[in-house]
Amino acid sequence: MLLKQAIAGLCLAIVTAGNAVAEDAVSKSTADHSKFPSLQKDFKSGPEVTEACLECHTEADDQFMHSIHFTWEYDHPDTGQKLGKKNVINAFCGSVAGNEPRCTSCHAGYGWDDMNEAPPQKETAKDCLVCHDTSDQYTKLATGAGHPPMEAKGKTITGQKAWAVDLKKAAMSVGMPDRDNCGNCHFYGGGGDNVKHGDLSSVLYNPSFDVDVHMSPKSEGGEDMVCSDCHVSDRHQWAGSRYNVLASDPHGTGKPGEERHAASCQSCHGDAPHPTNIKGMKLNDHTDTLACQTCHIPEFARGGVPTKSMWDWSTAGKMDETGKPYSEDKYTSSMGKHMHTYMSTKGNFEYAENAVPHYAWFDGQVEYTTIDRKIDPTNTVDVNVIHGDRADGSSRIWPFKRMEGRQAYDKVNENLVYTHVWGPTTDTAFWTNFDWAKAIDAGMKAANQPYSGEFGFVDTYMYWPITHMVAPAEDAVGCVECHQENGRLADVAGVFMPGTDPNSWIGLLGKAIILMSFLGVIGHSLLRLFSRNSKGDHHG
Amino acid sequence: MAKRIVKVYPAFERLWHWMQVILILTLMVTGMGLNGVHGLIPFGQAVMLHTLAALALLALWVFATFWLFTTGTWKQFIPKIEGMVAVARFYAYGVFKGEEHPYEKIFWRKHNPLQAATYFVLKWFIFPAIWITGLLYLTYNFWAGSDSVLAITLIANLHLLSAYVIGAFIIIHVYLLTVGHGFREHVKPMVTGYDEIDLTPEQEAYLESNEPERLKPVAEG
Repeated sequence: MLLKQAIAGLCLAIVTAGNAVAEDAVSKSTADHSKFPSLQKDFKSGPEVTEACLECHTEADDQFMHSIHFTWEYDHPDTGQKLGKKNVINAFCGSVAGNEPRCTSCHAGYGWDDMNEAPPQKETAKDCLVCHDTSDQYTKLATGAGHPPMEAKGKTITGQKAWAVDLKKAAMSVGMPDRDNCGNCHFYGGGGDNVKHGDLSSVLYNPSFDVDVHMSPKSEGGEDMVCSDCHVSDRHQWAGSRYNVLASDPHGTGKPGEERHAASCQSCHGDAPHPTNIKGMKLNDHTDTLACQTCHIPEFARGGVPTKSMWDWSTAGKMDETGKPYSEDKYTSSMGKHMHTYMSTKGNFEYAENAVPHYAWFDGQVEYTTIDRKIDPTNTVDVNVIHGDRADGSSRIWPFKRMEGRQAYDKVNENLVYTHVWGPTTDTAFWTNFDWAKAIDAGMKAANQPYSGEFGFVDTYMYWPITHMVAPAEDAVGCVECHQENGRLADVAGVFMPGTDPNSWIGLLGKAIILMSFLGVIGHSLLRLFSRNSKGDHHG
Repeated sequence: MAKRIVKVYPAFERLWHWMQVILILTLMVTGMGLNGVHGLIPFGQAVMLHTLAALALLALWVFATFWLFTTGTWKQFIPKIEGMVAVARFYAYGVFKGEEHPYEKIFWRKHNPLQAATYFVLKWFIFPAIWITGLLYLTYNFWAGSDSVLAITLIANLHLLSAYVIGAFIIIHVYLLTVGHGFREHVKPMVTGYDEIDLTPEQEAYLESNEPERLKPVAEG
């Protein structure tokens, strides 16, 4: 019997191994780009490579030029606002307008250096390699308006010393996007590792299971997934938007085989993902109020890379005793990295690691305090307003990174301003001249916006939906984290949660009833004790 | 009339009572935890325990209701005004003077009038209040819409208030066991089933010929 089992097991092992070998031996793709003569050239520039790509992929540039990765513009269908990097103001470096080649170094195209105009429309101005290079040595220059470094000079978009990229090698390697294709830009938003999002950092190049169950290796129990496994694309348009978020997804997985263009949890896990037992049913009951992320991403900025949590621009511009710009490094990350807490160029910073999110009702709509919105400088200004309300049925309570800022605004017109911070050769850029008046004036001119000439600084909040770095189930937020007094959701309106208010007036009334019963019983028994004169009440 | 030791609490009624004790105590302790009064049990486990104990108690009550109506025992719980004042007066005054309890247990009436009235209110108002609100609370997601916050708030508070009233009942119920014949004497019948009862000659004769196992033989002397 035992022998029979052993033989069966061995056979199974051999068959499985055989399949694995067959899978590895045969290419997944029907095309090996290293065999194409038109790619075996010594390309001199990025656009030359694009030209070669378009010889076969005739519709690619037309598809791509309509995608937000290229236009940096988004017309919000519900609010009517014109959003996208081209237009918005944020709580980090402020705006792209006025700071092109630096900001557009992450543009998926070549040579966009003026936000007043659309990106270069020439068909070869699209950057195919930034997303499709799999040789892992293609990169973009930090200040090159999207162009790759052709010599070892300057810095790359991830802050490393630049190297001369081998465009031939990159062109011959092309394939579907991997983590670094997305991460080299998106992990470094805001000018550094995890500065902006809080849930997107270089940790995700190779995360451990406890940081991200989806992207960690299979050997650790993970799924070894890449960004585009969830952010599925159709005609070079990707699922998942930060301007118009799918806050709830009642469609779930859909029918078997149904194609879904949604980067939601539900599109794989369904809308009743917990097991059908009493506990699982109770947890499933929470899905009408909570986003999956709210419980399953207990903290953001996990894995050792902190995120910037506060940026105070108003203190920028101080000089040391010798009159030179200086910096302070008073924050140390859990990995021992010393990080700037003050820079003359940028002001004061604070960081957060393993940070508990801010929670709010969210219907997916994000409204931006764009230049045309009046602000109230006496209050903290929301740079982006998170919309949502329990009553609408589609809002869920979502986790956010709430970035605190203090940034420049126009005192007379009462709006946030565009600032010209980067520009090593201009006499107006803040980072070289340390003069706000000039920097704002230049920024507003660059964005073609009216400016009164009087500026001040206003406190701001900026909200970043947290949706990556999903933790293992056993690390999910425990019930009591919310079901207690002053729990995680204490500030979220429109929720009834057991356990959060033991001293409600009914709770107090109940306690009074119990107290009175005890007092009555004690009083009664004392009276019995002291009045037991002649007979006593124990007569049994 | 003759005092006889009679089995007044059959096995099912005793099982019913003591199961209720266990389940209600479980519900009290877990419920207080869920309300945030204490943090002795992890919230998730408390929810599970509370739910299971509640479902078990409801099942028990279904059996008990069936038993009450098929055996006619339900009549025991119908309150009567007659004699109630005397019992109230005893607890408020007579007990301090060392008077005898005015109520003598009779075969068809094992509760004194005040007791019967209390159980009547408990069974007809407080218990239904707690299990109806409890079931609505448990099944919230089957009926609620996005505008049901007020409804669930009311339901939860009614549930909580009922629980506190039951808590008060338990305190007084246990305390009153110490009055009169004493705690042990009062608890004993609910354990053994037997209590001393005044029987009419007819009842005595009936039991002796038809249900002799319910009567203990008269002790010598």
